Amino acid sequence: MSAHSSATSSPLKMYFGVFFALLVGTGLTVYAATLDLGRYNAVVALGIATIKATLVALFFMHVWHASEKLTKLVVVAALFFLLLLLGLTMSDYATRMWS
Amino acid sequence: MHDSSTTVVHDRNGEAHAAHNPALLHHFAEPQQQRDAASLGMWVFLATEVMFFGGLFCAYLVYRQWYFGDFAAASKSINMGLGATNTAVLICSSLTVVLAVWAAQTARRSLLIGSLALTMLLGLTFLGIKGIEYRDKFVEHHVPGASFSFENEPIPGHPGQYANARHAQMFFSLYFVMTGLHALHMIIGLGIFLWLLIMAWKGRFTPEWHTPVEIGGLYWHFVDIVWIYLFPLLYLIDRHP
Repeated sequence: MSAHSSATSSPLKMYFGVFFALLVGTGLTVYAATLDLGRYNAVVALGIATIKATLVALFFMHVWHASEKLTKLVVVAALFFLLLLLGLTMSDYATRMWS
Repeated sequence: MHDSSTTVVHDRNGEAHAAHNPALLHHFAEPQQQRDAASLGMWVFLATEVMFFGGLFCAYLVYRQWYFGDFAAASKSINMGLGATNTAVLICSSLTVVLAVWAAQTARRSLLIGSLALTMLLGLTFLGIKGIEYRDKFVEHHVPGASFSFENEPIPGHPGQYANARHAQMFFSLYFVMTGLHALHMIIGLGIFLWLLIMAWKGRFTPEWHTPVEIGGLYWHFVDIVWIYLFPLLYLIDRHP
């Protein structure tokens, strides 16, 4: 990590860019919540949250520049099992009143 | 082995090695491998944390979809302004954490100490605002238990309908468990950062070895990510007038 930061230019510009993007995302979430988008309110809120979380993981937690592929594998595996948990559970509970 | 002035050292078996960086533990080939091993270990821990919080998010999703109107009414009673402020406070703290890691990588001692101290200050601000929020909930009798009360609260978007207090209590139970567990992580994070601050003050971190700053930073960012999801899920279910 120090290899790339000393070889390339300072990452500060990227850090501040991500920081402002996160603040803008927070403002957008609050604004979108005041609009009546029906069922899409939740989609928009979770979409913005996922973009923010991805920015934090990729750039603040250095997943993007991780030199070790195993690190990326662990991140993907954690997300996979989380989606398995949420997806399979909701495929049951969210479809029970469909009869 | 401890004599760094020579260029060749001998290990226990008498085998010669090139003298190496004192910050490099002997079982690693190079500093990069040592750093990768540390952050990989931290990511495995964070994966277990994803599952830990994941169970709560799963419970939340099930009850939210069962009792959507009651959850929306209960969500509306939480102070959105305080929640949004806390989101911004945590984002600022994530910035100070990456600045601390960068300062450690580039041997900027005062920036490192300042960033760590500022991170702690922002963490304490978050907990203070959280405390104000909790106090409001106690005053309003929205804390699950014997004195819980949630009567005549309208369901957003359904004029004339009122929230079921038992279902709303479910929302507040999840609210307190999820934000409480998150706050516990913040308190642990403050402990970690206090220790980092003391180590930084003593000058223990160098560009070659600052692993605790890196993986402490990973932990702090993870706690930030949990909040990034908690904020819209708990505070913003149905806010339009």
